[in-house]
Amino acid sequence: MTTSATTTVDRPLTIGGREFRSRLMVGTGKYQNNTTMVEAIEASGAETITVAVRRVDLDRSKQEGILYHLDPARFFLLANTAGCYTANDAIRYARLAREAGFNEFIKLEVIGDEETLFPDVAGLLEAAEVLVREGFKVMAYTNDDLITALRLEDAGCAAVMPLASPIGSGLGLVNPYTIRIIKRRLSVPVIVDAGVGTASDACVTMEQGVDGVLMNTALAAAADPVAMGRAMKCAVEAGRLAFLAGRMKQREIAVPSSPTKGMLG
Amino acid sequence: MSGMIRVVVNGQERDIDRSSTGLDLLRVLELDPRTVVVELNEEIVRRPSLSEIRLRDGDRIEIVHFVGGG
Repeated sequence: MTTSATTTVDRPLTIGGREFRSRLMVGTGKYQNNTTMVEAIEASGAETITVAVRRVDLDRSKQEGILYHLDPARFFLLANTAGCYTANDAIRYARLAREAGFNEFIKLEVIGDEETLFPDVAGLLEAAEVLVREGFKVMAYTNDDLITALRLEDAGCAAVMPLASPIGSGLGLVNPYTIRIIKRRLSVPVIVDAGVGTASDACVTMEQGVDGVLMNTALAAAADPVAMGRAMKCAVEAGRLAFLAGRMKQREIAVPSSPTKGMLG
Repeated sequence: MSGMIRVVVNGQERDIDRSSTGLDLLRVLELDPRTVVVELNEEIVRRPSLSEIRLRDGDRIEIVHFVGGG
């Protein structure tokens, strides 16, 4: 007797017309050293790596930029506007990033508060509208708020990136419900950005059905960033596959897994 | 001598030759134009224009690159 088993096959993540080979995106900040960073990123299997735009330090003009360590031919560079507190600043940083000549994608951040690093959603929407008009593919870091997410999609963002919890907090996914509803209502990809602390956080996040996850501190601040990179690769793949597989229904009473018939008399 | 002008580069005052172009400034700072982006008075200078733009007294120049970030 033959039965045909259907195996779930995932489609590649596509943002702004570009296909990505990994659903895990990682940052490049806060590593103890560049060798560890490169090894951790390689272990994570991430294709997309985020970078920030900053002044060249002229007192150490031989200082190496991040591209000295990470080959832009091997990774997809996603510049951010981290540290910007107004729409105008974020727009300025985005233009500088695009001028560097890698791509037209920008991870747009307009921060509203120093303690929480929560986004200023009014400034975020304003900047998103301008940058979309200028041809940027905007990936907007935002709250886990459905209405803001819908407005960002309406503004033409290529992806919406709600937070799991505050940047660098490692608190994990604090509100799965809001992430699920954002994913359900948006047509553009939803990438959860910020707050993932360990592999189970990444797995649970992906199990909500989102398209990807972005993290930095979870790797950079792990005791062994390279091992954590591998763990995150597995976790993101496991969470994605579990979502696609469709989990069993939960119930509060036991159901035997072995036959109840055929017991000895 | 009137051969020098004063500009502000990344927040620091610098005296440079009066006839300096954007590219000359990068050379003096030992920076590879392919690895940085230059802003002159808050306007981006495209790379091909760096050798054409003459800097003037009081110009504010920002030179940026990519660093690690999340």
